[in-house]
Amino acid sequence: MPCSVLSVSELEARAKAVRRLVLKTTHHARMGHTGGSLSEADILTALFFRVMKNRDTEAERVDRDRFILSKGHSTPGYYSTLALRGYFPLETLDTFDALGSILQGHPDMHKTPGVDMSSGSLGQGLSVGIGIQLAAARTPAMGDCHTFVLMGDGEIQEGQVWEAALYAGARKVRGLVGIVDYNGVQLASNTIEAVNLEPIADKWRAFGFTVLDTDGHDMGSLVETLEKARELSAGGPVVVIARTVKGKGVSFMEGKHEWHGKAPNDKEFALAMEEIGA
Amino acid sequence: MNKGDMIAHRNAFGQALLDIADAYPQMLVFDADVCASTQTLGFKKAHPDRFYEMGIAEANMIGAAAGMALCGYTPWVSTFAVFLAKRALDQIRICVAHANLPVKLNASYGGLPTGRAGATHSSVEDIAVMRAMPNMTVLTPADAVETIAMTDLAMRIPGPVYLRTVRCEVPVIFDRSWRPVAGQAAQLADGDDVAICSEGMMTPNALAATEKLARLGIRARLLHYGTIKPFDTDAAIKASRECGAILTVENHSVIGGLGGAVCEALAEHAPCLVKRVGFPDVFMESGDDNEIFARFGMDADGIVKQVQDLLARKRLRN
Repeated sequence: MPCSVLSVSELEARAKAVRRLVLKTTHHARMGHTGGSLSEADILTALFFRVMKNRDTEAERVDRDRFILSKGHSTPGYYSTLALRGYFPLETLDTFDALGSILQGHPDMHKTPGVDMSSGSLGQGLSVGIGIQLAAARTPAMGDCHTFVLMGDGEIQEGQVWEAALYAGARKVRGLVGIVDYNGVQLASNTIEAVNLEPIADKWRAFGFTVLDTDGHDMGSLVETLEKARELSAGGPVVVIARTVKGKGVSFMEGKHEWHGKAPNDKEFALAMEEIGA
Repeated sequence: MNKGDMIAHRNAFGQALLDIADAYPQMLVFDADVCASTQTLGFKKAHPDRFYEMGIAEANMIGAAAGMALCGYTPWVSTFAVFLAKRALDQIRICVAHANLPVKLNASYGGLPTGRAGATHSSVEDIAVMRAMPNMTVLTPADAVETIAMTDLAMRIPGPVYLRTVRCEVPVIFDRSWRPVAGQAAQLADGDDVAICSEGMMTPNALAATEKLARLGIRARLLHYGTIKPFDTDAAIKASRECGAILTVENHSVIGGLGGAVCEALAEHAPCLVKRVGFPDVFMESGDDNEIFARFGMDADGIVKQVQDLLARKRLRN
C-alpha cells in the first residue's frame, strides 16, 4: 500500500516498534547485528514511512525512490522496517537467517520484497546509487526517482566510497542522497580508535556534496533534514550526517562495539524490551 | 574480414559495439580511461549519450553499471582484464554475479599480450576466478569474427557475461557466417589420435598445429572452447573416450583455467592422459609476445611438440 503521511509522533511510535522487532528478531535467531540496527531504526522509519516516494508494497513502481542498505549487515533493522511497512508479514521475521528464509543475513533483492539491491560487502552502495540515478536521468518513466544510500560510519573507510564520492561530485549526479549512520562505533572499536573520520563534513564537501547534519534519533529533525536532502539533490549529490548512537534505546548496548554483531540472551532481551517500552 | 586476416580482438569488439548499437537501444558502454586501448572509443564518438567515462576507478564503475542494470539497461563495462577480474573482483562478485544483473564485462587485454607492459598488466588468473563465480558466463573468442559474434551473443544471455578479448593481432579462422553457441565447444578438426582443447587466441595456434600434425600423420581432434563456463563436459568426455589423450592450450595460467576445467570434468567422468599447456605458476615478464608464447610451447610448433610428447606417453601406457 502507499504510505499515508504520518506525523512525527506517529513516526516515533513506528521507530519504537521497529526497535522492538529488531530485538525480537535477533533474540529469536540468536544472532544478528543488533547495535547497528538500533542505530539506524529512526533513519529507516523516516525514509520508509515518510520521506521516500512511490513505494507501493504490492507493485514495484518504476518511478519509486530507491533505497540501498550499503551497510548491508544491519538487516534486522532493515527487515523490521520493511515488515512493519507491509512488504511481508511480521511473522516472517522469525525466519531471519534460517536456511531457506527470504530474510538472508545480508539483503538479497531476489529473495526479499522491498529490497532494491543486494548488498553485504561494504563500500559498494553509493556506486550503485550513482548508476540508478544516471539511469533515472535518461529514463522518463523513472520520473522523480531519488536514491537513498545508507552507509555505516566505519564503512566509509572503504576506498570505493570515495571513488563514488569523487564521481558523484564531479558529475553532479542528481537525486543521490547518501546518509552516514554516524554512531562512532565499528565492529572492533570506536571509529576514532580505528581510523578517525573527522573532519567528516569537510571531506564530503570537498568531494562536491552538499552536507546536511542532523541528530539521527530526533524524528522531527531527521524527517526535515531527509526531505530537504531529497529536494536539494536536484542540484547534485547530498550527504546527510546522521548523529546516532549504536544500540540506541537500550542502555547496556549504547555506544558499545561489543553489541555490533551480537544478539541478546533471554535475560538481556527482557531487560532491553522493558527499556524500549511498549 | 577474411580468413587469415590479422585482426586484434579489441578492434573487433569496438566494431561490434557499433554494429549492434541500434539493435540494442538499452546497451550502454562504461570505460575507465582506457577507451583508446579497449577500442570503445568509436562507440564513444558515435553515441556520446550512451558512453560513460568513469575515470580510473574500476570498483565504482562496476557499481554504477550494476545500478544501470537494475533499471533495465545492459551496460558493457570495458577495461583491462587484470583490473576487472582482480581489482574489481569483489564488486563483480556482489553487485553483478550475486545480484545476477545483465552487466557485460569486456575483459580486454586478457592473458599475456599487453604490449610489453609486464607482469602487473598480464591477466593470467582471470579465467580461474571468473569460472568459479556463480551466475557468470565466461566467453573466450578465438578470432575477430567470433569476437563480433560473441559481443552480440553476450547481449542475448540474460545474466552477467565475462568476454575475454586480447590486444594482439590474431589470424581470422572462422567464416563470417560463424555463430557460436554458448556452452558448446566447436570441433574445428577431426581425429582420434589425440585431442587438443584450446581457448581464445590459442585456438588459431592450435588449428595451425593440427595441420602440421596431419602432415606428420597424426590425426588430432581440435575442440575450441569459446565458452569456458558453462563448460561443455560432454565434448571433453567424448574426446577422452575416443582419443585417449588430451592436450589443453590456453592463454592463461595452467592453474584453474581451461586445463583445470577439462581435468575436473574428466577426473569425474572419463579419466585419460592430459597435458596442460599455458603459463606456469610464475609472474610474467616483459618481452615480445611471440617469444614468450614460444618459450612456454604455446605457438604452433610448441603445440606440435607437446602433442608428440603426449602421444609417446600414451603409447607407453598402452
